[in-house]
Amino acid sequence: MASFERLISLTVGALAFLLILTASTPSIAQQDQVNPTASSVREQQLLREFDRIQGRVSIPDQRSSVLVQPAGREWREFRTVALRWVGGIAILGMLAVLLIFYLTRGMVRLESGRSGRTIVRFTTFERFVHWMTATCFIVLAISGLNITFGRPLLLPLIGFEAFSEWSQWAKYAHNYLSFPFTIGVVLIFLMWLAGNIPNKVDVDWLKRGGGIIGHDQPPAYRFNAGQKAIYWIVVIGGGLVAASGYQLMFPFYLSGIEGMQLAQVVHSVVAVLFIAAMLAHIYIGTIGMEGAFEAMGSGTVDMNWAKEHHSLWLEEENARTGANDARRQPAATPAE
Amino acid sequence: MARMKFLCDADRCIECNACVTACKNEHEVPWGINRRRVVTINDGKPGERSVTMACMHCTDAPCAAVCPVNCFYTTADGVVLHSKDLCIGCGYCFYACPFGAPQYPKIGNFGSRGKMDKCTYCAGGPEADGSKEEYEKYGANRLAEGKLPLCAEMCSTKSLLAGDGEVIAQIYKERVMKRGYGSGAWGWKTAYRETIES
Repeated sequence: MASFERLISLTVGALAFLLILTASTPSIAQQDQVNPTASSVREQQLLREFDRIQGRVSIPDQRSSVLVQPAGREWREFRTVALRWVGGIAILGMLAVLLIFYLTRGMVRLESGRSGRTIVRFTTFERFVHWMTATCFIVLAISGLNITFGRPLLLPLIGFEAFSEWSQWAKYAHNYLSFPFTIGVVLIFLMWLAGNIPNKVDVDWLKRGGGIIGHDQPPAYRFNAGQKAIYWIVVIGGGLVAASGYQLMFPFYLSGIEGMQLAQVVHSVVAVLFIAAMLAHIYIGTIGMEGAFEAMGSGTVDMNWAKEHHSLWLEEENARTGANDARRQPAATPAE
Repeated sequence: MARMKFLCDADRCIECNACVTACKNEHEVPWGINRRRVVTINDGKPGERSVTMACMHCTDAPCAAVCPVNCFYTTADGVVLHSKDLCIGCGYCFYACPFGAPQYPKIGNFGSRGKMDKCTYCAGGPEADGSKEEYEKYGANRLAEGKLPLCAEMCSTKSLLAGDGEVIAQIYKERVMKRGYGSGAWGWKTAYRETIES
């Protein structure tokens, strides 16, 4: 019995020894070779977790604490590939559509000819605001497109030095003309807001093709649905390009590098779509429609033009001023 | 021709900032500009690592791709340089650069950042090698003198290696083999789309 107990204790002891031996073998091996990187930060792991690596720097420029930001690569793809496609399709596509439209439909004529009598459509102040914004827009558009399309299109034609010189001036023009442009957008928003609230007349106008497609002459107040669309494109698009543009002009005040990349994406995409929309606006205001340009040119339009394109507005105006054959109102109605 | 690269052995960097100082002194880099900097990750925590970073002279460099005036060029040694005469200071290279290398002399409102400045791999710029104009715009051209970048040359722990990519990768591999560990060549995957197996 005693020998049996001894046998058990021996076996247990031997097993325990074996267990210690096997357990301690790797730890001995580890002592031979310490791995200080076992707990160290690893680049790929950090990139997977945070999509960028940031740390601490002892220099004042805290932007430099971003060690690696591979997001710059996606922004590069956007700038060199995606934006050129979006911008190219939007702008060239719009030009093609306008050209085809002009060739098939031609200028929208005054169906009833000119009456010879005119009515004031835009005041001097309204025209000043319009042309200030428009002039700035054209310079901003050309200098902006130069940043995206200048390198592949213009640089090979005029050479490095000339292109850099031109781009430098274009950049200054772009930055400084943004201020009158922004003021113009704000003024446009305020002075034409009342006439640009969508209503049910617009639905009918749109259903009838606005008199542009076909030869219908749907009624409209001061601004028809198409003009309202342009108005809101200017207000919203202009607001977006201004906000994102000022973020680019005052870099790193509001955000870090990802915010700057996002600002450039918003700025450029909205801008190319804005340019495409403005091409249509310029078309319809010049060669697209007879008698339209003088509204912003001299500020007055022909009575027949007003009758054909803004019949409800003409009625309103006549009622307000009591002009011509319209019945005089007993009491003066407040403007608008 | 060699393909020049930087390699920072983060397991050796002790954040002494000698590379930063050497660079500033060698090229008389103005205040506010740091062509090279040392970033400490997880500072004060177990496993912290310091990495010295400058322009990595990327393969297919993003800065060059996004530059609106195409002012960048790559030398026969694979060094990415730029012309300050052509630069319009738009700041786009900073948005595209994965390593925050481009620097601007001014705060930068109204797009008046001034001409971009960055690490030249001690290889100057488009002006004649070693000329006064080159020194004033870009700093010393050590490469033309047959010398390697000063930051790496005077690194106290030889953490920062500069030279032909294959040679410095081999040195790093041997180190890792000998000591038995290595946290990898920081930034290599992003800059050169390759890593060093360790």
